[in-house]
Amino acid sequence: MGKLEGKVAFITGAARGQGRSHAVRLAQEGADIIAVDACTEIATVDYPLSTPEDLAETVRQVEALDRRIIAGQVDVRDGAGLTAAVDKGVAELGRLDVVVANAGIASFAPAEQLTDEAWDAMIDINLSGVFKSVRPTIRHLKANPEGGAIVLTSSTAGLKGIPNIAHYTAAKHGVVGLMKVLANELARYRIRVNTIHPTNVDTPMIMNEGAYRLFRPDLEHPTREDVADTFAGLNAMPVPWVDVLDISEAVLYLVSDSGRYVTGVQLPIDAGMVVR
Amino acid sequence: MAGRVAGKVAFITGAARGQGRSHALRLAQEGADIIAVDIAGPVETIEMYPPATEEDLAETVRQVEKLDRRIVATKADVRDVAALQAAVDDGVAQLGRLDIVSANAGVFEVGPALEVTEATWDNIIGTNLTGVWNTCKVALPHIISGGQGGSVILTSSTAGLRGAPNMVHYAASKHGVVGIMRVLANEFAQHSIRVNTVHPTGVDTDMIQNPKIWGLFNPADPAPSREAAAPVFQSTNALPIPWVEPVDISNAVLFLASDEARYITGVTLPVDAGYTAK
Repeated sequence: MGKLEGKVAFITGAARGQGRSHAVRLAQEGADIIAVDACTEIATVDYPLSTPEDLAETVRQVEALDRRIIAGQVDVRDGAGLTAAVDKGVAELGRLDVVVANAGIASFAPAEQLTDEAWDAMIDINLSGVFKSVRPTIRHLKANPEGGAIVLTSSTAGLKGIPNIAHYTAAKHGVVGLMKVLANELARYRIRVNTIHPTNVDTPMIMNEGAYRLFRPDLEHPTREDVADTFAGLNAMPVPWVDVLDISEAVLYLVSDSGRYVTGVQLPIDAGMVVR
Repeated sequence: MAGRVAGKVAFITGAARGQGRSHALRLAQEGADIIAVDIAGPVETIEMYPPATEEDLAETVRQVEKLDRRIVATKADVRDVAALQAAVDDGVAQLGRLDIVSANAGVFEVGPALEVTEATWDNIIGTNLTGVWNTCKVALPHIISGGQGGSVILTSSTAGLRGAPNMVHYAASKHGVVGIMRVLANEFAQHSIRVNTVHPTGVDTDMIQNPKIWGLFNPADPAPSREAAAPVFQSTNALPIPWVEPVDISNAVLFLASDEARYITGVTLPVDAGYTAK
């Protein structure tokens, strides 16, 4: 029997990377999935973003597990679109128990060179987008006498100040503030709210030349291999990055009955980056 | 299905009852063999709840063996580093390896700070702080020599993150445990040994379910009770519950001990119904 048998989870940024992994891992434990992803390019982001084909692949993988999934192409900057997607998903799947606000972007520049466009897109997606994703879920979660669980994806940059990502760091710190308020506001309904704080995860968000160049400015075209030692130097444990599944296992702990009394917590999955 | 810690060996202190027994059973359910220690007797000046007994420790042994797991149990005080060393060495000799440490043994007393006696201070710091260090000290060489990394979980408390009145000794010991964790997480990361703390709110065990604690929560009540204390306990948590169960802490310990958390280290993990977020 799965740990989430009969439950429904809403996941943003579900087309690929961590979001897809969360969808598949929760579905393996019996959950049906409401998935959204923008599947669109964003001008201030240098690496390729997800595509409708990616989202279709998530649908295929969840359905291959014999779980249901309602997927929609929705940008987390679109509050009305999110509300419609959540309401439609709940209408079709019958309930809502778990929310994983995972959608996010990365871009890189020293603070004095950060453009208004890059700042605004970052805050809109990585901070306001988290709020707009959670807001329409609250009334559905409150409908469950047994409550529910919300996980907000922050970052080690939500706990530390990391150079060249002032906008990302501000947004990810803001997510922690949002979590703390929601944990208190929603506790009486047995709705738990926590943040997760990954170190670098092996996804296109960091596996791109723009990110590599930050770590190896001495190389014209740095590769994954060129940056591995530098990435490992950020962590206390001798690993350069973690896998998407490592983050999904933490999400599963928090949203399942194992974590039934865990709320208001910042949980790093960071190979010791923060303690270092 | 293979257990989540199948084939591993866990060293658990304070394993005779309460959270420690629950950790032993939960890890054994998921396939671990157990090295258990407990003082199984009184700690001087700790008088507000009855001490664990040798019968309690024997009951933990019985329950683990009923799960078809092996257990090596020893009566030992975590303040006695030689006794701990002998217990863990014997356990590793019999069970073949060491992967997981749960430094859980602890004692609790309450009272206004200026009324705390030297003896009570020393016994709480000795057991809850130095005892945790002693546990790590005797266990870590075995994990290192296994060459496969491991997971050390130190039991702190919400009192390791906040300063509630009437527990200056306990809060000092539990904050100190966080310091041990942060240093060891850095020193042993190179061996893929992870070190984390768990921070329970009130757990439904003798340590909090006793007339002195109930009375602390309801000073005007001439006959303090669990029932009367429950709403006051609940008011300290964000979630609408008075206390958590030992298994809730065990599930956190299991998660941190398992490969599911293979890259989680240096973390303070509250299992506190929102006590510290409130």
